[in-house]
Amino acid sequence: MDNLPEGVTEPRWIAGSPTLKQITADIAAPMEGRPGKLWYVCFVFAALGLLDLLGMATYLIAKGIGVWGLNNSVGWAFDITNFVFWIGIGHAGTLISAILLLFRQKWRTSINRSAEAMTIFAVMCAGLFPLLHMGRPWDAFFIFPYFPNQHGPLWVNFRSPLVWDVFAISTYFTISLVFWFLGLIPDLATMRDRSIGKIKKLVFGVLSLGWNGSHRTWARYEVVSLILAGLATPLVLSVHSIVSMDFATSLLPGWHTTIFPPYFVAGAIYSGFGMVLTLLILTRQTMNLQRYITMRHLDSMAKVLLLTGSIVSFAYATEFFAAWYGGNIYERYHFINRATGPYAFGFYLMVLCNAIAPQLFWFKKIRNNVAILFVISILVNIGMWFERFVIIVVSLHRAFLPSGWGMFYPTLIDFGILVGSFGLFFTLFLLFIRFMPMIAAWEVKAVAVEQAGHGADPGHGAEGGSHAG
Amino acid sequence: MRAKILVASFAQVEDLLRAVRKARRELFRVYDVFAPFPIHGLDEAMGIRRTRLPYVTLIAGLTGLATALTLQFYTNVLDWPLNVGGKPDNSLLAFIPISFELTVLFAGLTTVGAFLLRARLYPGKAVWLVNPAITDDTFVVVLRKPSDDESHQRAVALLKESGAASVTESEANL
Repeated sequence: MDNLPEGVTEPRWIAGSPTLKQITADIAAPMEGRPGKLWYVCFVFAALGLLDLLGMATYLIAKGIGVWGLNNSVGWAFDITNFVFWIGIGHAGTLISAILLLFRQKWRTSINRSAEAMTIFAVMCAGLFPLLHMGRPWDAFFIFPYFPNQHGPLWVNFRSPLVWDVFAISTYFTISLVFWFLGLIPDLATMRDRSIGKIKKLVFGVLSLGWNGSHRTWARYEVVSLILAGLATPLVLSVHSIVSMDFATSLLPGWHTTIFPPYFVAGAIYSGFGMVLTLLILTRQTMNLQRYITMRHLDSMAKVLLLTGSIVSFAYATEFFAAWYGGNIYERYHFINRATGPYAFGFYLMVLCNAIAPQLFWFKKIRNNVAILFVISILVNIGMWFERFVIIVVSLHRAFLPSGWGMFYPTLIDFGILVGSFGLFFTLFLLFIRFMPMIAAWEVKAVAVEQAGHGADPGHGAEGGSHAG
Repeated sequence: MRAKILVASFAQVEDLLRAVRKARRELFRVYDVFAPFPIHGLDEAMGIRRTRLPYVTLIAGLTGLATALTLQFYTNVLDWPLNVGGKPDNSLLAFIPISFELTVLFAGLTTVGAFLLRARLYPGKAVWLVNPAITDDTFVVVLRKPSDDESHQRAVALLKESGAASVTESEANL
């Protein structure tokens, strides 16, 4: 199209050449028909997981966090592992919706909506864990600076990374939600004008805010989207950097590392893309959207996994190198213990899933095989969960004096709440793909028109750019 | 104010662009264009001024920054200095992350709020759709109806020549 050399064509991101009407119909289809059997099966499992979460969380709050396997040596374990894991998942959504928008990557259009939804649901799951870890969630508002308070003029400690986290994550959640909703408005208007049922019409009518497709609004809308993308890009990088500072600003071997911020951000994008891949493979198969979520999309995501997986592997190697080269005995012991200690299985699982598995994506054959992609995307998530487990638990369980050493054994409640968070996540996601336009129809239409060769830029049109002012 | 308008519906983007350019060259008043997605090149064709919303972002962002720095400085230095590891009360570096977050939060929320305000979008607003298929697959140009008969005929002819599937007259509160 624009600046490509002679003979090079832009890749096609929509299979075939559907008409605009066809696109609307295809994207609205999952919301208008009855979902397939597979959707119901998934939903039942997800809802059971959610029930499990409700039960376990109630028990936890009633009894106190002693029902977890935490002890004096290991004060953070599954809870914070899950928190970092879920926050990381969210990052891919913002990367796809904001960073790829700034880079004008057209392949984001079919997947950005569901990736953003994934971000929001993942951040909700993440927020749950610090809340539960407090033990007294009804006092959670203590983490915000507020006035007047009952402690006299005592404020939160703004030098603490944990307080930075509060601000980072609540900002991230708010901006992601607003960005997602803004993108939804035109599609909600489409649904409003399509739907026949009274309740549907009312709900979509209220949510679409009276959108009528005016170009004067569209012109502003595009600028606002770009501004939000520009804000969300440094935001998403800051969020996981700040999460990593929860660890990096401590003095604990295994945590006290300057490479943590970029290492965590790369890991977050890696795990997030793993989850996007899992979800999109599931949705394109269950909702018949192969035309819009093409093999090319999966191929691109696999390449992102290869890149970020390699960055993460490099970070693993750097950590070991620094431990050896730095000459600090505690640091050195930590890394020997990481690879040979009682939790070594977690370390090898993480290396297998994060450093070795994505290297298979060098081969085009593997990138184009949906079944293998699906399996590896799940391995990525298992690996990234274990990465956080290794960083958190292995660092804590044998730090400094052997008199302070201990072991962490997860309890049933630990596992129950981890499984339950997946239940919450998948319940929300399944409801989303059933009741909301899960592909950004208006963006896909713009790409479809461009792809069909109706490029509408001035200077190439029939008028030759001679428009009067 | 009730005004008479000409509503021309198109199936193709480039036909619509041609119609808008021609109409403006012949000094017809293009009230607005309605489309299922933002059409590139239409801003210039319609002669829309670039939005001033980025200035809102800038001002809101600076407000957020000032708020965050003030809050942290006031609480940690003036109101209740807390000795944490012997660090200075006014540890500006430690205040940067929250300052950044609040800058982004203020800027983002205010920009979206200003956009909704300026575009007059709010829940419960009565929708004015000149053609029910706009949000699906139809592109519409709305011209203010010229007052004299001759220009009216010329406008209709121009729209049809450009490839309008239909040209109708209507009334609306503009």
